[in-house]
Amino acid sequence: MPGAIYAEGLVKTFGDVRALDGVDLDVPEGTVLGLLGPNGAGKTTAVRCLTTLLRPDSGKAIVAGVDVLKHPDAVRRRVGLSGQFAAVDEYLTGRENLQMVGQLYQMKSKAAKTRADELLEQFNLTDAADRTAKTYSGGMRRRLDLAAALVVSPPVMFMDEPTTGLDPRNRQQLWEVIKQLVSGGTTLLLTTQYLEEADHLAHDICVVDHGRVIARGTADQLKAQTGGERVEVVVHEREHIETASEVLRGFGKGETTVEEHTRKLTVPVTGGAKLLAEVIRELDARGIEIDDIGLRRPTLDDVFISLTGHAAEEKEEGNGAADNKGSKADKDSKGRKRKQEDTK
Amino acid sequence: MSAVTDAVQIAAPTNPVGQSIRDSLVVAKRNLIRMSRIPEMVIFGLIQPIMFVVLFSYVFGGSMQIGGSTSPTDYRNFLMAGIFAQTVTFATAGAGAGIADDMHKGLIDRFRSLPMARGAVLTGRTLADLVQTALTLLVLAMVALLVGWRVGSNGDTNAGKVLGAFGLLLLSGYAFTWIGALIGLSVRTPEAATSGGLIWLFPVTFISNAFVDSSNMTPWLRHIADWNPFSATVQASRELFGNPGVSQSDAWPMQHSVLASLIYSVLIILLFRTLAVRKYRSATA
Repeated sequence: MPGAIYAEGLVKTFGDVRALDGVDLDVPEGTVLGLLGPNGAGKTTAVRCLTTLLRPDSGKAIVAGVDVLKHPDAVRRRVGLSGQFAAVDEYLTGRENLQMVGQLYQMKSKAAKTRADELLEQFNLTDAADRTAKTYSGGMRRRLDLAAALVVSPPVMFMDEPTTGLDPRNRQQLWEVIKQLVSGGTTLLLTTQYLEEADHLAHDICVVDHGRVIARGTADQLKAQTGGERVEVVVHEREHIETASEVLRGFGKGETTVEEHTRKLTVPVTGGAKLLAEVIRELDARGIEIDDIGLRRPTLDDVFISLTGHAAEEKEEGNGAADNKGSKADKDSKGRKRKQEDTK
Repeated sequence: MSAVTDAVQIAAPTNPVGQSIRDSLVVAKRNLIRMSRIPEMVIFGLIQPIMFVVLFSYVFGGSMQIGGSTSPTDYRNFLMAGIFAQTVTFATAGAGAGIADDMHKGLIDRFRSLPMARGAVLTGRTLADLVQTALTLLVLAMVALLVGWRVGSNGDTNAGKVLGAFGLLLLSGYAFTWIGALIGLSVRTPEAATSGGLIWLFPVTFISNAFVDSSNMTPWLRHIADWNPFSATVQASRELFGNPGVSQSDAWPMQHSVLASLIYSVLIILLFRTLAVRKYRSATA
């Protein structure tokens, strides 16, 4: 049985650009899927197709048990969308915004009013309820936007980069709100460029790039796929790099990489903390002074770089739903360069 | 924070027409609240037509010939129907800019993700513009009275005819806001919608009988002016106000100006509403 959000072979092209190039998704009810990818990977296009804002060229999509292409209006009654840009009317007060959305969800005006009050309370906006949204901080606007998406407590939610541009404190706050929501049984598809965010909130992660899903799994599975743990050493003196490299080679399970300018050496290992202690003793015995040493497990950033050849937050030209070919080529060459540096 | 409340029941609409009207009114209310919180927009919208009344009356008034008369009073009485008609068509720019702004800010995305009637966002906006246009006309009519405009100055009129003239003017303005809606959905920024909504209105309103007697134009230009939908509304208002300078042209819209104005307005609404709603369904910011 398909999940609360299900897509098969979604394709959407804009001119020559394949913004979605055959995307399959399956999100079981009550879980969170993190759609992770750089700008222009096709995340927003996927959300727009699944929320009836864009019609895919081909493919199939079922959301909350309803075929998106056949019954878009029924889908609209069952989903909430919180966009990349906080879509609230800045000249309306928080309360007026929520009431309007409630009425447009076909609630009676009195019911819309009651619901608006509940949401304002839930999102800590009661004090600001009668001020125009123009006077709200970025974090408050995001909360209001999210509240607007929750007016009918939809069983399925889509959030397109909900925390982009928020400061760390507001991001933390929004994460708490999202966690509460999910604990109430809502199915959520969340797009993000922040690997930390996907790691924190999502049960499953799909990594997208150039309109395709290039990897999927839990955060742990993706990390395991990238490789296990590594020892990272930063030596104090440049002259010691060579000796340190020799030491690490003795413990490592693969090639040692060296970053000359930061005096950092990295080697894949197995054996955990016990091995780390041995490395430290050996380095000490050879008289190598170290600034920093540690056992590192791969982050989603490492996963992303190893999968795509470029970092997730690397900005591209034309911050749109699709890449053009030029920027793609450019990015590939950047990715290669980075790899060369790493293995030097 | 309290727990999330029970899901609110949402049923499929049983009466699509009723839903469409209700949704349009919700959006109209939203736009009217906005307008009331940006009073400077309403005020700027008023200054321009008032300036036109004063400038045309006093600068052009002395040198214009209307129906053989060079009296500035006759020109003033002639002019007002033209200024009123021009003012209502300029609401086009406001509608276009408002909708382009909603696109730009992601509000159109929000609306399109809601289970609301498809045309309601645009209908609501044009209805709100209609209210604003009516207020503008009211103020403008008072200014016109102050500079000496009088209904029935050169012909029969009565309260019904005067109200009928204002009705035709409002209908024509409403029709033009649908052109603005289409422009607003087609351009990328509110600024482009404002200028794109105004530029073409200058030839439309000037190649007409609004400010001069079109019978003095070269023949090809006169034909355009006579068949210009805008001219029909001006001619109809002038006749109904009982003001001087009613065109004696043989062109059908000039002979049947009230009917012509109605037909033109209804056709513009049907055509541009269809195009704009279609555009809205596939709109992307």
